Amino acid sequence: MSKQLTVSLSPHEKGDLSVKQIMWGVVIALIPTFLASVYFYGLNSLRVVFLSVTFCIVSEFLIQEFILKVKVTAFDGSAAVTGLLLAFNVPSGIPWWQLLVGAIAAIGIAKMAFGGLGNNPFNPALVGRAVMLASFPVQMTTWPEPMQKIWTFGADAVTTATPLTSLKDAIREGKRIVDLADLIPSYFDLFIGNVGGCVGGISVVAILLGGFYMLYKKIITYHIPVFFLLSMVAFTGVFWLIDPDKYVDPLFHILAGGVMLGAWFMATDMVTGPMSIKGQIVFAVGGGILCGAIRLFGTYPDGVAYAILIMNAFVPLIDKYFKPKRFGKEVNYEQ
Amino acid sequence: MKLKTFKLGGIHPPENKLSAGAPIEILPPPGEVNIPLSQHLGAPAVPVVKKGDKVKVGTLIARGEAFISANIHASVSGTVLKIDDVVDISGYRRKAVFIKTEGDEWEDSIDKSEELISEIKPEPIRIVEKIKEMGIVGMGGAAFPTHVKYMFPEGKTADTLVVNGVECEPYLTADHRVMLEKSDEILSGIQVMKKAGKVDRAIIGIEANKPDAIEMMTKKAENIPGVEVVPLQVFYPQGAEKQLIKALLNREIPSGKLPLDVGCITNNVATALAVYEAVQKNKPLVERVVAITGKKLSKTGNFKVRIGTPAGKLLEALGEEIPAHTSKVICGGPMMGKAVNSLEVPITKGISGFILIDGSEAGRREMENCIRCGKCVYVCPMGLEPYLLERLAENKNYGGCETSGIVDCIECGSCSYTCPASRPLLDYIRYGKASVMRIMRERRQK
Amino acid sequence: MNPLILYPVFILGIVAAGAAVTLFLVAKKFKVDEDPRIDEVLDLLPGANCGGCGYPGCRGFSEALVDAADNGDLAGFMCPPGGSDTMSEVGRYLGLDVDEAEPTAAVVRCGGSRQKAPQQLHYDGPAKCAISHALFRGANGCPLGCVGLGDCVDVCDFDAIHINRETGLPEVETEKCVSCGACVEVCPREIIEIRPRGRKDRRVWVCCVNKEKGAVVRKNCKAACIGCGKCEKVCPEKAGAIRVENFLAYIDPEKCIACGLCIPECPTGAILATFQPPKKKSRAAPGKTAAEKVAGKKVETAKEEVKQ
Repeated sequence: MSKQLTVSLSPHEKGDLSVKQIMWGVVIALIPTFLASVYFYGLNSLRVVFLSVTFCIVSEFLIQEFILKVKVTAFDGSAAVTGLLLAFNVPSGIPWWQLLVGAIAAIGIAKMAFGGLGNNPFNPALVGRAVMLASFPVQMTTWPEPMQKIWTFGADAVTTATPLTSLKDAIREGKRIVDLADLIPSYFDLFIGNVGGCVGGISVVAILLGGFYMLYKKIITYHIPVFFLLSMVAFTGVFWLIDPDKYVDPLFHILAGGVMLGAWFMATDMVTGPMSIKGQIVFAVGGGILCGAIRLFGTYPDGVAYAILIMNAFVPLIDKYFKPKRFGKEVNYEQ
Repeated sequence: MKLKTFKLGGIHPPENKLSAGAPIEILPPPGEVNIPLSQHLGAPAVPVVKKGDKVKVGTLIARGEAFISANIHASVSGTVLKIDDVVDISGYRRKAVFIKTEGDEWEDSIDKSEELISEIKPEPIRIVEKIKEMGIVGMGGAAFPTHVKYMFPEGKTADTLVVNGVECEPYLTADHRVMLEKSDEILSGIQVMKKAGKVDRAIIGIEANKPDAIEMMTKKAENIPGVEVVPLQVFYPQGAEKQLIKALLNREIPSGKLPLDVGCITNNVATALAVYEAVQKNKPLVERVVAITGKKLSKTGNFKVRIGTPAGKLLEALGEEIPAHTSKVICGGPMMGKAVNSLEVPITKGISGFILIDGSEAGRREMENCIRCGKCVYVCPMGLEPYLLERLAENKNYGGCETSGIVDCIECGSCSYTCPASRPLLDYIRYGKASVMRIMRERRQK
Repeated sequence: MNPLILYPVFILGIVAAGAAVTLFLVAKKFKVDEDPRIDEVLDLLPGANCGGCGYPGCRGFSEALVDAADNGDLAGFMCPPGGSDTMSEVGRYLGLDVDEAEPTAAVVRCGGSRQKAPQQLHYDGPAKCAISHALFRGANGCPLGCVGLGDCVDVCDFDAIHINRETGLPEVETEKCVSCGACVEVCPREIIEIRPRGRKDRRVWVCCVNKEKGAVVRKNCKAACIGCGKCEKVCPEKAGAIRVENFLAYIDPEKCIACGLCIPECPTGAILATFQPPKKKSRAAPGKTAAEKVAGKKVETAKEEVKQ
């Protein structure tokens, strides 16, 4: 027997799940998406991911060590997740220094300025992306064509438009959907990711794989992704039913662009989401509708990032008004 | 078939029922016992013996005079050494009666035979008196005086007796063994309690990880009208009375109310056994079954011990040394029990087990920032928001605690168990709850 | 000039002017008439907002002071950080006399250091005295002594109290202490007391609050007051400052003349002072060891008594 017994308060049992496990679990869940991006964009994608993760971890380390002088938690996986998501949200031809600006915005402004992990109101990766999109609109919307010059670095690749961009431009010019068959890739291409787009936003199958892994590991619950996608389908579906000439079908909407990545990985970010299941459903439905609205009526071709950021701002309100169901309240059992 | 359970929250910690296969052994009375005068919820009992008095097993040594209190009887025969302070399981000093054992002489009125008496002679009111006289308290952990449960306030009646054979805490096996070995007595005790509470229906809830106990009880209960055995899905905290009633009857006890408000009386199986012995055999609560277990012990066991025996005697009886690197001794279950700082603490009426925890499992992980994962909210069986309550209690915002329902907390520990950031959720909530209860009491007095 | 620049300048100018006028009018209309003396008194106060006066911040205190001055009585008001200097200034400004208050400081009344009261177990949980106290007895076995987790340190706005790493006990830096009473309020075991600083900073106090029987206390702590009453006997008759109740001595700071006679008398060394106490006449040199011997003997006899 040790000399002094430990005395602590109950419970004396402890579950296995830790913050580190959750964060690295998300990283593992993002691996299929990463592999898909390397397959479609080659070394360029590897470069972007590597740089982004490094920038994020290093900037978190530097801020914690030298500016805030607090305990360094840069390696708990949360900065790596931010770095991965940031990389997945930019085109593969992005110059390194622009990525650095994004990483510093994500970690420095969106996360550490609010007190580090757990205290940030907005999703850091999305803030980084928003800052980059506002600062470097040209580079952020120059999309290299997939499956070409796999083994070269640099931004000299042949560029293409994302399905959403070309669609938006065409509709703006007054064309009808039925005439755009050559512009819209097949659902299969969209599903596996053989289209132009962000590093990690293209391959739906890879994202789903990661998403199911997180469900299996109980890192997330199904509520946010499912309700996000459902509400988006419902919203875009209504308009499609009204005027299929002007609006594209909902299946295209949830397969194209960053919706899958957003719904599975960014809306489910625990820190910036609501706590109760009810609240999460409200959050997801709001996000889906906003995203659809931005896509159909906004200037940006894809609105996932902004939809989630806007819903992030509502989280404190949602937490206040959507409480879990209490035991023993609202019961009228009479003898 | 999907087994019944409660709907809201809950967790499933590793069961670790190591001592489930060990039959109950009888521990001979130790050389000296110290019997605390406050073994139950409510006011401490008032001693009626003094230094030098000779007592027999079953002699009344302290009387529970307050409404919520319980009688205490000598658990060994011998001489009263002194009435002095003893360190209880929370480490505070409480009054206790020390008795030196001389022989093993029982009070004459006690029927020590093994014969089963199933005919219930006394009238309900007499049964309740008997339960009170014999000092029976809830033996599941809280040690609430049992007779109080059967003294219904004006206008209240019960229709169901809920018998708790759940034993949802990991490690503990005392109730399991009692159900296996004393099933006839338990069923007879249930009949006694049914008569005392004037109910016709009794439901015994047993978790599915005790298939032998379920089988045994079901078989024995077949011929008894109005007694039903229901297997339950293994889920913590199913042994809490609110969750148990919800699981078995789908009745939800309103916040701040008691089981009686939904027509239920709840009792533990071990209490049923004690009631049987008290009413039919005239035997006060002087011994109980306690499990001693731990992953590093080569042998674990269940012992019938006299109240007031130091916990260390259990290990002796097992023939085991305290394993090296043991750094925590838990009295009760690992989810709600208390860590004690020595094996000298006396066994009381409400203690159902001692667990030795190895140093590798004893410490808490380092606390991290809350990552708002919401897992504490999902697992809370009362539908509270532990993360919020922790924050409110830490900032001493007791008004906020009260409106967020902190007094509903049953302190089951599911939130702290689950929290990936290892936050001390329950510690703060318990502190906040105590403060809020104090404030509410003061407000009522005004 | 390019009208593209001119128009915005023009329009924004109008908006700005409009806003300025509105603000001015609103400020005029909704101006709260306030006693100008409140601000003046506020300027005299230290501005620490410590709450030691019992009012919500310095502003609350100054409002209360002006209120009281209108009623013509400033008795009972005290600004602990400012002391009597501040209060007399305030009194002068408000034209009233102020009680001359004795300067005070916080003292920690527990001597259960790591050495004197060794830890008997390892506490694993949130480092908050309040929680530890509410839920169990404390690591050194004394149910009334210092928990040592530093709630008082967290609450001190003046950086005047710190946990000594060696002893595990809080120590007050008297120069910094303004006796605001925050630590007294937060301590769950009521160990910290505000006591007068005494003439020439000479003060004596019993460094223990344990009311358990001597024998019981001694099991856990070698520095505890065992209630033997020696100090009570040695205390000069005219002072009569020491009283032993419930096995605990207490020195009344109002009566204590800080002679220091009781200090060498204490068998456990539980009486502390801010000055060098007079040596005991008979055993001057080995005073301390002798005192400890006495203590040991006493405890033994006490133990025997209990056993019998």
